[in-house]
Amino acid sequence: MDATSKEVPQPAAESANWTLRVRRYIDRLLPMDHLLPDRQPYYVGSWVYVFGVVTIAALVWVVVSGVVLSFMGPQWWHVSSVGRFFNSLHFWSVQLFFIFMVLHLWGQYFMASWRDGRAATWLIGVVIFGVSILTAFTGYLSQQNFDSQFIAINAKDAMNGAGIGAFFNVLNFGQMYGLHVMLLPIGVTFLVAWHIVMVRTRGVVKPIDPEGASK
Amino acid sequence: MKGVTQEEYYRGVRMAPYDLVKELVIALAAVGILALGVSAFVSSPDEPPVTIAAWAQSDPVDFVTTATGELAGTTKTAGYGQPYNSTADAAQKWGPISPQAWLGVRIPIDSANAFVIQPLQRGVTGNPQLDTAVKAWQAASADDQGKWTDAYTKALADAKVADDGTVTVADGDYGPLPVMMANLLAMGRSGALDGLLQISGRFYQTDYTPALLFMGDGGYLGGLADNWRLNGDQWGMMNETGQYPGQTWLWLYTMWYQVFPFTSDQGVLGLNAANADLGIIILMTLLTAALALVPLIPILRDIPRWVPIHRLIWRRYYTAKVRA
Repeated sequence: MDATSKEVPQPAAESANWTLRVRRYIDRLLPMDHLLPDRQPYYVGSWVYVFGVVTIAALVWVVVSGVVLSFMGPQWWHVSSVGRFFNSLHFWSVQLFFIFMVLHLWGQYFMASWRDGRAATWLIGVVIFGVSILTAFTGYLSQQNFDSQFIAINAKDAMNGAGIGAFFNVLNFGQMYGLHVMLLPIGVTFLVAWHIVMVRTRGVVKPIDPEGASK
Repeated sequence: MKGVTQEEYYRGVRMAPYDLVKELVIALAAVGILALGVSAFVSSPDEPPVTIAAWAQSDPVDFVTTATGELAGTTKTAGYGQPYNSTADAAQKWGPISPQAWLGVRIPIDSANAFVIQPLQRGVTGNPQLDTAVKAWQAASADDQGKWTDAYTKALADAKVADDGTVTVADGDYGPLPVMMANLLAMGRSGALDGLLQISGRFYQTDYTPALLFMGDGGYLGGLADNWRLNGDQWGMMNETGQYPGQTWLWLYTMWYQVFPFTSDQGVLGLNAANADLGIIILMTLLTAALALVPLIPILRDIPRWVPIHRLIWRRYYTAKVRA
């Protein structure tokens, strides 16, 4: 920076500036000390709080192993021991993801975590659970082995019986694979990010009052 | 706490140091070690897929019986209804509700042509006997075709399989069927039919609908699935080949297929085994909506207050309250 630039008068921030408005809205909605707090209420000490973070950790491993598998193509893991290992990592990460997510869900249920204006956070969590099931389902259909063959043949009746099969053809590998490696993972990741922002925006819920003061 | 800031919400609550980033990093490492360890020691399931060739070689009588059924229009696919064809009254319905019928034939499959006639027509070059047989079949009346398929299907119940894998039945009036089926079986055994069923007129292909429907019509694939406990009446959707966990999160969905009214021909309130798929999808949709709307549903939202699990989770808080 040269000396003369210090003397140039800068225009004042305009209140009509859209960028400024968005920045101020984000600052108000989720200040950094709420997004990454270094203090929490003293009762946030139970193992139940860990289920959420380990679910996120498992999702990270699911995505990382899934990216490697999708980069190498759907045939790779059937013919390569390294590929088989990454498939195993993907498989077990998914299993852990669901175990942790279900524990998180039950934990939040028994904490009635939707109280004090957090119903939308709960609702998004349930949507994540549903979209995750759909993502895993398309993954099982994309395995290109006996299991995926028979799941497809079995599941088509449920899909067709409900009319879903008219546009969601479980026998169409290309459609299932495309949904599994692109659209649905993006959906899960976006929803999880949204869920976390909602949790951090409002903070963790207070304990259920013995007198039942809050609903 | 609409309109209440976090500072206002936590006013009066003692805050303690907490390291979220450290917790996430430790979680990533711990889950990673667990997943990597299990992957290294237990691997993952990968039972090879069944090909048409494997089916035709392992169970040629089932293969020929299924192909004959496609011509007769008696297989599951032939009489499926929407989205494959417009077979009357085949779509599942519950009272006036029948989305299967409403959405129409979106994936048209003429099983006799797609699974038998068209593959045979591609194999007639240099095979005048097959060419004659296919033309004879196409020129025959529906009555004659029905007589031949009936007689041939009955004869297949006592079919003999020769050492070379060919299927022979007792003499009878089967029209051109023996020649057609012998050729289709040969194409199946050689692996040619695996490719022929995938021909779409375009070079690239990722849709396995015809081949999977044809295999699903036979008994061979279902028999293998039975060994792995994958069938619908074996909680199949949540199982996996080998000693591996499957989609265990589908336990509730799968459970409905094992219980009344979805196992009963009579059922209740119009729900029964015949429309189980539609009924169970509707039921699961309602249950999922109920789970999402728990915060608004009395009793469901009150259970956590009545069941003292929260006292274990927030033991520190309640202990402090008692002391106070």
